Amino acid sequence: MQHIQLGTIDYTILIIYFVFVLGIGWALRRVIRSSEDFFLSGRSIPAWIAGLAFISANLGAQEVIGMAASGAKYGIMTSHFYWVGAMPAMVFVGLFMMPFYYGSRARSVPEYLKLRFDEKTRGLNAITFAIMTIFSSGISMYALAKLLELVIGWSFHASIILSAVIVLVYIFLGGLTSAIYNEVLQFFLIVLGFLPLVLLGLKDVGGWSGLTARLATVATNAGFAPGAWSHSWRYMDAPSHNPMGIEWFGLVMGLGFALSFGYWCTDFLVVQRAMAAGSMTAARRTPLIAAIPKMFMPLLVILPGMLAIGLHASRGGFLPIGSDGQPNYNLAIPMMLAHYMPSGVLGLGLTALMASFMSGMAGNVTAFNTVWTYDIYQSYIRPGRSDGHYLRVGHAATVFGIVASVLAAYGATRFNNILDMLQLVFSFVNGPLFATFLLGMFWRRTTGHGAFYGLLTGTVTAALHYGLTLPRGAVPGIKGGFLGAVLHTYPSEMALNFWTALFAWTGCFVATLVISLVTTRNKTDEELVGLVYSLTPRLKEDYLPWYKRPVILAVLVLVGSTILNVVFW
Amino acid sequence: MRLDVRFPIGGMFTILGALLTLYGLASDQAIYARSLGINVNLWWGLVLLVFGLVMLGFALRGARRSSSDST
Repeated sequence: MQHIQLGTIDYTILIIYFVFVLGIGWALRRVIRSSEDFFLSGRSIPAWIAGLAFISANLGAQEVIGMAASGAKYGIMTSHFYWVGAMPAMVFVGLFMMPFYYGSRARSVPEYLKLRFDEKTRGLNAITFAIMTIFSSGISMYALAKLLELVIGWSFHASIILSAVIVLVYIFLGGLTSAIYNEVLQFFLIVLGFLPLVLLGLKDVGGWSGLTARLATVATNAGFAPGAWSHSWRYMDAPSHNPMGIEWFGLVMGLGFALSFGYWCTDFLVVQRAMAAGSMTAARRTPLIAAIPKMFMPLLVILPGMLAIGLHASRGGFLPIGSDGQPNYNLAIPMMLAHYMPSGVLGLGLTALMASFMSGMAGNVTAFNTVWTYDIYQSYIRPGRSDGHYLRVGHAATVFGIVASVLAAYGATRFNNILDMLQLVFSFVNGPLFATFLLGMFWRRTTGHGAFYGLLTGTVTAALHYGLTLPRGAVPGIKGGFLGAVLHTYPSEMALNFWTALFAWTGCFVATLVISLVTTRNKTDEELVGLVYSLTPRLKEDYLPWYKRPVILAVLVLVGSTILNVVFW
Repeated sequence: MRLDVRFPIGGMFTILGALLTLYGLASDQAIYARSLGINVNLWWGLVLLVFGLVMLGFALRGARRSSSDST
């Protein structure tokens, strides 16, 4: 494969970006006086900044490369991750869960679990979360380095070291505030860096109708109806009618409910951004403000993949063919950049790619160092030390987190589509978690034992389901069926992952419910004020202007995503 | 005293926009064959420049407002 040739101008743009991200860290170094400043930005971030950081932290390598890859592989159906998955979950966390996260003054999601349930539930969540965070950060770094090596010919090791050192420096200096400010900058860079690519690609294929015509070829070549790549719902009646291999029920319940609520409502990576907001209403608005640009993200991250596969079908050879004989979907964005962007905007596009990797990685690292310091170190290793001690531990954890991610980066190599693998991990650990929070926040009878053993049951249910089923055409092993017997075969990996998440959620929900009923409550009503819905006074928002009221923003978001679902039906 | 994030964002996009605009004017037009004959550096550079200046404008207005509040 021919490497992209970069000019002086492209390197200049990249260097200007590096100077600004490091400069933000440098400018913020004096703001850090306590551990709360370092880990929670002193709870003083305005809602719009927290909101943009909220989506930017999620807009990492997995999102940009993975969503474009899925756009090529599955077409516009990929938008279900946004308009069915993210939107309702983001509305739910803003309206119904943030009052307890923010109101309890918990400093992390695991700490909320400690306040609401008990120590062991917090420990389980903190440890699995810390491991998972390092793992995702490593995958992110691996994907970046591999891609840059393939596309530009940069050394794999040099890319890893460079991106790791830059992220390390700016978080070390300015803590969460630095990560959040850079995420806002990175958000704008990602949007403005990829937009010209999408516009040129669309113009080249002759707009949406030209793209639909090309995608019809893609669909019929793959043995589907011509509209299978350009309609999000029309072919969801049966798994065999659409490329994702799932029917509407599995999608809505597995992705829309179990997976998305598990991620957006309980993952500390995103929730931390809202916890850093300056007030309760700012914290509640954070996910809702984030949802507005998030709604239009498919245009930026899914459409390039659809354009790439459309051009691949009509012109041939647009995407390189991988070792499995399939086009290498992960190269959709880099190939589009190479094809359309002359020196100048090419540098901007690559810098945007770099920015997305860094925002995702910084999100993981800041979430990791907080959970490590507050929920593991302060709770189990050295409790009762001075705040200055924990601030130093936070700095050390930042270094450790990055070194561990680098090691993880060298470990990640298996799936063709990074997204599928991440969904798998999320479905084991996150799928059950939402059931715990749902019962914990809305049913005061839920006990600590119920939560803990419920979570374990959920994770075991997920592993059992995954180990006893297989996607069609796969061999038993990492893709499922590793327990020997294959009881059911799903039409696709996606379908298997969605159903695993749903099994995990159901297993946890039922187990938590039953165990809570047979065990005695370990928290009194007084202890649960501010942690459980029925025991917490309702918030008054009448004094806010309409555009600042969470309920009104939530309605706008839901109406907007409904319209988008209908338009691309 | 806290940093207003709109300053670095505005500053970076103003610099990048100016750079791309100038490069678009100076560069050999033959490189725009791949971008469908559009001088995308010039046009997108102008978009970034306007975005950067608007951000800087908001940041300056914010700074003036907060300094008049404190006096």
